[in-house]
Amino acid sequence: MFGPLNCKAGTSKKNKTGAWRVELRPKYLHQNCIACKLCVTACPEGCIIPGEKNAFEFDAAYCKGCGLCAAICPKKDIAMVKEEEQKSK
Amino acid sequence: MKEFLEGSMAVARTVQLCKPGVISAYPITPQTHIVEELAQMVADGHLNAEFVNVESEHSAASVVLGALAAGVRAYTATSSQGLLLMSEVIFNIAGMRLPLVLTDANRAISAPINIWNDQQDTVSLRDAGWVQLYVENLQETVDFHIMAYKLAEDKNIMLPVMVCMDGFILTHGIESVDMPSQEQVDKFLPPYKALYKLDVDNPMTLGPLADPDYYTEARYAIQETQKKVLEVIPRLTADFARAFGRTYNGLIEEYHTKDAERVIVAMGSVCGSIKDVVDELRSKGKKVGLLKIVSYRPFPAQEIYDALKNVSKVGVVDRAVSLGSFAPLASEIKATFFGKKKKPDTISSFVVGLGGRDITKDSIKEIFRMLTQKEKTGEFIDLKPELLKENYE
Repeated sequence: MFGPLNCKAGTSKKNKTGAWRVELRPKYLHQNCIACKLCVTACPEGCIIPGEKNAFEFDAAYCKGCGLCAAICPKKDIAMVKEEEQKSK
Repeated sequence: MKEFLEGSMAVARTVQLCKPGVISAYPITPQTHIVEELAQMVADGHLNAEFVNVESEHSAASVVLGALAAGVRAYTATSSQGLLLMSEVIFNIAGMRLPLVLTDANRAISAPINIWNDQQDTVSLRDAGWVQLYVENLQETVDFHIMAYKLAEDKNIMLPVMVCMDGFILTHGIESVDMPSQEQVDKFLPPYKALYKLDVDNPMTLGPLADPDYYTEARYAIQETQKKVLEVIPRLTADFARAFGRTYNGLIEEYHTKDAERVIVAMGSVCGSIKDVVDELRSKGKKVGLLKIVSYRPFPAQEIYDALKNVSKVGVVDRAVSLGSFAPLASEIKATFFGKKKKPDTISSFVVGLGGRDITKDSIKEIFRMLTQKEKTGEFIDLKPELLKENYE
């Protein structure tokens, strides 16, 4: 008999870590972004989608709400906001 | 062909016949001769394997874990402190369901440092998920190594097997051994084909994180597989008998237990001496016998129950102690009979032969004699009271 033993590659895509978010989620203010991509490298889930200045987005299906992107942003252009606040807007 | 061989040489020659692709080991008395000989075979081109020199037993165990994870048959041997240093990896090898065969030359554990034989090292790792087989003589040592690979690599088992041979007594003892031929072994033991392995073309994670949602099932699966081993071993030994002409039970061996009033339960090489004493006492009309435990893990409780249920006095010989509690084998023999209707009147427990102290025929006769008295619990045999007077006040 075998229990959970090995796993095929790519399983982290199946694990929707967005479910771990409890209170806060990032909000990209899109005002002073210089596209330095520090948030992209800091994200432990690799779920920030870079683009032109003021055009970065994140994938809420995987974002755990850890706040590292907001903490590292040199332009303070990412805020951590309450889940409800984000949804109401 | 019958040959007169040192135990370590016999093991090395058997491992050679089993064709491991990777061997890694670190020398430690009394195991060293085994891997020394294997290293020589590889260097001389008589064994097509990678012999990986490492800086510790922890690394040796990790190397063979890695080899098996890559789908290659592997081998290592160790003893005593070496096995303890491996212990973290030992649990991982079983948890990852990798079919390693390891020879342990049973030796006492420090401190005080002692290079001689008892079984504390392997008994201490009984809970690791490995199959543990204790052998009595060199012929069994050879034969059980071959069976160990076949058992470990059984696609329904996939558990590592530890062949436990008493240090010096078997590793350095010289006996006549019927060595199988390469053709016989090749026929019995097909090349290893991994069920899962690290492969860049088919990427896979072995030994991943298992959170509370998964861990219990991984452990339960090993527990259930250990029970399965109890069914597989009798079939395996029957196959072995057909292929090599030597018959073993593989779980237990009963020696004059059928009509016996007093039976000693033991593991390993001491069983040879006990058989001699049984013969001697039988010739004087005493109804005595021996129950040898071959498979300590999995523990063959049903077979032990059947063998001992009609015996009135049982004495369990442990060559290890669980310091602060009962002797390990004895407590399990007692657990086997707890709550059962048919059971021995007394199950006495004896701690014998620690750190290489000889277990003489007189020691064994003393145990048989003590079995006529009331039940003993963890009685140390051949203790020297004069050595217990040291004082640091």
